[in-house]
Amino acid sequence: MDTNSNGYTFLFATIMVVVVGVLLAFLATSLKPLQDANVAMEKKQDILSTVGYPKAETSREEADELFGQVITEQLVLNSKGEPVEGIEAFNVDMATQLKLAPEEKTYPLYISEKDGKKFYIVPLRGKGLWGPIWGYVSLEEDLNTVYGASFDHKSETPGLGADINKPFFQDQFAGKQIMKDGEFKSIEVVKGASQGDYQVDGISGGTITSVGVQAMLKDCISFYLPYFNKVKSNSGQMTMNAAAE
Amino acid sequence: MAESTTTEVKKREPLFSKKNQKLLTTPLNDDNPITVQVLGICSALAITVKLMPALVMSLSVLFVMGVGNVVISLIRNAIPNRIRIIVQLVVVATLVIVVDQVLKAFVYDVSKQLSVFVGLIITNCIIMGRFEAFALANKPWQSFLDGVGNAAGYAWVLLVVAFFRELFGSGQLFEIPVFGSNIPGEESGLYALGYFNNGLMLLPPMALIVVGIIIWVQRSKNRELIEEN
Repeated sequence: MDTNSNGYTFLFATIMVVVVGVLLAFLATSLKPLQDANVAMEKKQDILSTVGYPKAETSREEADELFGQVITEQLVLNSKGEPVEGIEAFNVDMATQLKLAPEEKTYPLYISEKDGKKFYIVPLRGKGLWGPIWGYVSLEEDLNTVYGASFDHKSETPGLGADINKPFFQDQFAGKQIMKDGEFKSIEVVKGASQGDYQVDGISGGTITSVGVQAMLKDCISFYLPYFNKVKSNSGQMTMNAAAE
Repeated sequence: MAESTTTEVKKREPLFSKKNQKLLTTPLNDDNPITVQVLGICSALAITVKLMPALVMSLSVLFVMGVGNVVISLIRNAIPNRIRIIVQLVVVATLVIVVDQVLKAFVYDVSKQLSVFVGLIITNCIIMGRFEAFALANKPWQSFLDGVGNAAGYAWVLLVVAFFRELFGSGQLFEIPVFGSNIPGEESGLYALGYFNNGLMLLPPMALIVVGIIIWVQRSKNRELIEEN
């Protein structure tokens, strides 16, 4: 057979494509359970890292075990701040939720109680320069002060935008605030030196990723404001009731 | 009188004959893909901050080149000439995807450290370079040896660069501290005497300089490599 004829070339290309396709599809499907398990364990590591379990010191296996003990409550909320039943918080896919209309979104919330202190961990998802970015931010009981933050990405530029998952960037958020005079202000990621409780330094050379983090914080946290307002008015009620007794 | 037919006895070349051994040893030194052929420089700079990713990258390239060279060599007579570059590309891409999937499943932490660079193995010129220059025109066993030899040449340069960068840049080897502890407030070993890690070692320019020093050492030992200018 003439290997340079059109017919043969077509045939060869077709067979090659089919063989490669089948091989890769088979491999991807067989390895998917292992890969998904790794991703789930890393998600637990990330969530725990915002409440005092640094990723560098907690292995994936440890995070897997600790998660159930540290995270005492998991909720799924709708846009009005009402808990939704029947959905596993951990399995909510933020990527799909992002694309839904606001009234249809249901986001998870993780609550951790440690030494009498309560932390609310908010999941985040947004857009970086080359692909999605995501993360978690934990708020103290006042639903204002940030306790810890963790970020990650799929394909940001190594050494630049990719550094959002490094401690030097994430540690800045501890102690920052999201509310000012009762209004939601969120946290800005700025070029140049940051000032005050509502700003952190962006990454030099990673402006678009930094701006993506800023937008992600604002968009995602604002979803939880109705729920947070309810919690605050309930605790305010309880304090008034306690004072009245 | 009956004619005796003598069948030609083809002498099979022993698996590790001198000629075959050369395929393994030449790329280690005289024909080193990084320092002599000047290929694959990008990963030599990007992956060598620490030893572990450099090791995993070397093993990945070894796998892709070994298997890739054999596959191309086996089908070399069936590939239509017009699409041969595309076919080579498909073979490399498939093997790299296999590596990527396996890393994500079995060594997840390392795959995160390598991040986008695993996909970039496809663009590593050494691989397509050897397919085109060798595997397309040689038998499978020789092609396998050539692939392994070039991958080994690439690997040792990568590991040497990573060794120096991790040692002087982070004071560690394979993430194990070797100079003592440099946690502020708990310094020990060399750090207690005032030693600091060299931050410049963690940046790409230093990697290029280290590769340059390796080329310098190599050429002073082997004068033949110096080009006539």
